Amino acid sequence: MPQVEKVSSPPVEVPRPWEPRIIAFLCYWCSYTGADNAGTARLKYPANVDIIRVMCSGRIDPDLIMSAFARGADGVMVCGCHIGDCHYIAGNHKTMARMPIVARVLQDFGIEPERFVHEWVSAAEGEKFARLVRQVTEQVRQAGPLDWPGRMRQRGVGHGQDLRPWGDAA
Amino acid sequence: MTATMQNSDRQPAKLRLGMYWASSCGGCDISVLEIAEHLLELIEVADIVLWPCVADFKYATVAGYPDEYIDLCLFSGAIRSSEQEEIARLLRLKSRTLVAYGACAMDGGIPALANLKSSADIYDAVYHSNPTLQNPGKTEPQPHWTAPQGDLTLPRFYPQVLRLSDIVPVDYQMPGCPPVGGQVWKVLQAVVAGEVPAHNDAARVGCDDRSVCDECHREKRKTRIGEFKRPHLSIPEPNLCLLEQGFICLGPATRAGCGALCTKAELSCRGCYGAAGRASDQGTAMLSAIGSVIDATTDVQAREMVEQIADPTGTFYRFSMASSALKAHR
Repeated sequence: MPQVEKVSSPPVEVPRPWEPRIIAFLCYWCSYTGADNAGTARLKYPANVDIIRVMCSGRIDPDLIMSAFARGADGVMVCGCHIGDCHYIAGNHKTMARMPIVARVLQDFGIEPERFVHEWVSAAEGEKFARLVRQVTEQVRQAGPLDWPGRMRQRGVGHGQDLRPWGDAA
Repeated sequence: MTATMQNSDRQPAKLRLGMYWASSCGGCDISVLEIAEHLLELIEVADIVLWPCVADFKYATVAGYPDEYIDLCLFSGAIRSSEQEEIARLLRLKSRTLVAYGACAMDGGIPALANLKSSADIYDAVYHSNPTLQNPGKTEPQPHWTAPQGDLTLPRFYPQVLRLSDIVPVDYQMPGCPPVGGQVWKVLQAVVAGEVPAHNDAARVGCDDRSVCDECHREKRKTRIGEFKRPHLSIPEPNLCLLEQGFICLGPATRAGCGALCTKAELSCRGCYGAAGRASDQGTAMLSAIGSVIDATTDVQAREMVEQIADPTGTFYRFSMASSALKAHR
């Protein structure tokens, strides 16, 4: 992992241009190692992905994906071992069946298909991982900010506004 | 509740019971009548101080009650309009114990499926594009209207269906669409006897932490689903797991307590008791469960299988849209 330098927050808030924020769930055995492979090969890819390592892609509860969007992610990536390569034999079979349903449900909620990507990345496919991140970042950038928390606030109601107790009506 | 029962300044010491319907179909009110002959026992120990379904109570009457006057208030229905929010706040003030009663008050229920549409879509369907409508003047209800006789007001329509707990703190939640009679009587008996669990923020009563599968009599054989079936097109085998037969059954993701009524009647569980165990999002819990039993060996096969599911979002979130992580359509 690259070293992150700690910098103190600037005294004045400068509005920064929007950058896509993508959450990538990667399985420990293949895809995370694939991402590491991209790093050791010094392949460049955008810094827009926040990688979350899980032991198996079959462990990625769809709730994690929904929660990522609900909490402000602009895109979500799910990567696991190719079918047949699962360290736990059949973990990724579950991922394979779940992700198309997740994609359909997300569309029903109004989240564009470009924002959710499910792809198999092996430990040797650093180049594929870097390419995938470039591609996903670009398509999410095209789709624009999702800002789910902001949209829900907009849709929500101003609680307590123009309410009067019924007793006062008379 | 124990404190309520010992309140000495009350003659006679009868329990004051309230029931209210917000965005609800009235089924929850009927479910209270499902306690059948026990209703007479209930009336002996409890006075009804609010129940719009069965008796005429004015809102002003309720507003005139002292705070915490109602010992037990069963609030059914989701919050969809400013009137419902106002009454929810009023009843919180006037009730010692407020129960989100039924799937709508607890998780949004069927009304919350409208969260997949915008207010504009809903108004269009209800007032304009419905084939049985004639509305040439494109009339829509307005919250304020000045008539020659004076100002008229209507409650505001909210852009999103909310749960009772989104508006006010609730003491207990009782799931079900509607809650089954046996559970209703058990809860009412506990209240009358002063044996309710300690006030725990939105603790669930009248149900069980396990899933409907634990109560279901059908046999699971750990077979995978090769094809999804729909109840109006095929007849299920009796005594075998409906999900394994390919009928989408929300049993694995749904809280127990109903006694698996639907699966006894050869119908899949529709999920009205809400998410089982500690899961917060019933839809994704079901989605995970389905994903683990689909029989597919390639991506293409998996996608083809999934295409067979009619309306996954509406099915998995049928009763719990307002409690889901995403909550509503963008």
